Amino acid sequence: MIANLVQLAAGEEQNPLVPPGPELLVGTIAFAIVFFFLAKKLLPNINRVLEERREAIEGGMEKAEAAQVEAQSVLEQYRAQLAEARHEAARLRQEATEQGAAIIAEMRAEGQRQREEIVAAGHAQIEADRKAAASALRQDVGQLATDLAGKLVGESLEDHARQSRVIDRFLDELEEKAEAAR
Amino acid sequence: MSAEQTTLAFDWSCRILADNGCGFPAPGLHSFLFQPIATVGGFEFNKVMLLALITTLVVVSFFYAAFGRAKVVPGKLQMIGEAGYDFVRRGIVYETIGKREGEKFVPLMVSIFFFVWIMNIWSVVPLAQFPVASIIAYPMVLALIVYVIWVSLTFKRHGFVGGWKNITGYDSSLGPIKWLVSFIEFFSNLLVRPFTHAVRLFANMFAGHLMLVMFTVASWYLLNSWLIPAAGVSFVMTMAMIVFELFVQAVQAYVFVLLACSYIQGALAEHH
Repeated sequence: MIANLVQLAAGEEQNPLVPPGPELLVGTIAFAIVFFFLAKKLLPNINRVLEERREAIEGGMEKAEAAQVEAQSVLEQYRAQLAEARHEAARLRQEATEQGAAIIAEMRAEGQRQREEIVAAGHAQIEADRKAAASALRQDVGQLATDLAGKLVGESLEDHARQSRVIDRFLDELEEKAEAAR
Repeated sequence: MSAEQTTLAFDWSCRILADNGCGFPAPGLHSFLFQPIATVGGFEFNKVMLLALITTLVVVSFFYAAFGRAKVVPGKLQMIGEAGYDFVRRGIVYETIGKREGEKFVPLMVSIFFFVWIMNIWSVVPLAQFPVASIIAYPMVLALIVYVIWVSLTFKRHGFVGGWKNITGYDSSLGPIKWLVSFIEFFSNLLVRPFTHAVRLFANMFAGHLMLVMFTVASWYLLNSWLIPAAGVSFVMTMAMIVFELFVQAVQAYVFVLLACSYIQGALAEHH
C-alpha cells in the first residue's frame, strides 16, 4: 500500500515539530465539528436518557420498597389477627369447658333435687297410704270385733255411740298391749 | 513544492542481495509528507487532512447512531456508546476534577478522547495506515484548546494575583527559594506544559508509525534468497507492532484526556 502513496522526500529544513498552517486549520475545523455535535446534541441526548433510566430504576425500586412495606404491614396485621383468633378460640374453649362443668353441676343438682322430690313424694304417698290403710284397717277391725262381740254377748250393739266407745276402748287396749309388747 | 523535494515512489525492485544498486528504503521524515490529493484555490488538500475529516465523520456518525435516538432501554450500539461515554465521564473526568465541577467539561473531554483515538487508529487501518496525530498540528490544536481553558480558568477562579500564585506555585513558607520554585513552576506550567502535552501524543504516534513502516518495508526488502526467514521475522514483528500500536493508540488518547483534566483540576484547586 505504501507503494501507492507518493511520498515527498524530506527537505533539509523540514522540522516535524513545526506545525504546518493548513493542518492547524483542518484540525481545528475537524475537532470543532466533533465538539459541536457531541456537546450540543448527542451528549445532552444521552444524559437525558440516562437520567430517565436512573429515575425509572429508582422509581421501580421505590415501588418495590413500598410494596414490601405494605406486605410487611399486612403480614403483621394477619399475624395479629391470627393471634387474636387463637386467643379467642382458647377463651371460647375455656368458657365452654366452664359452662359445660356448670351445666353438668346444675344437671346433677337438678337430678338430685328431682330424686329427692320423688323420694319425698314416695314417702308422702307411703305415709298417706299407710294412714288410709290404718284407718281402713281400724274400721274393718272395729267392725269385725263388734260383729264378733255382738255374736259373743248376744246383744246387739246397735247404738252407734256406744259402739264407737267400745271400739275405741278396744283399740286403745290393743295399742297398749302392743306398746307393752315392744 | 520546493525544488529539493523529490517525489519518491516505492521501488518494488529494491531487494536485499538483488544487487541493483539500491539500499534499504528506510522510513524517515519523508514518510510524514504527502503530496496534495487536490488543490482548491491554492489550498493543498492532502491525505492526512482527509483522514482528519473522516475521523470527524466517524466520531459524529458513531455517536449519532448510538445516541441520536437514545432509548431508556438501550440497543447494542447505544450500549457501546454509553460504555465509551461512561469511561471518559466517570473514569477520567469525575476521577480527576470531580463530579460537581467536572460535569461541564465532560463533552469536551469525550470529544477529545474519541477524536484522538480514531485519529490514532488510522495507523493500522489498511489503506489509511497513517496516524493523523503524528502530524504535530493536530495534537497542538487540541493542546491549545486545553491550554486556553485551564489558563483562563485559573485567573477566573483565583483573580489576577491568585491566578499567578496558582500558576507559579508561590508559597511564602518556602523562604528565599520560593522565587526559584516560582520561576521553575512558571516555566514548567505556562511554557513547557502545552508543548509536552501535544508532543507526548505526537511523538508516540510518530515513533509508532516509523516502526510500523520500517518492519513493513523490511518484510518486503528481506524477502530474497536465504534471507527469507529474516523477512518472516520482520513480518511477525509487523503484526506484533500492530497489536502494540493498537494498545498505544488507546493509551495515548487516554493520557491526553487525563492530562487535560488534571490541568483543569489544577486550575480549579485552591492550592497548587
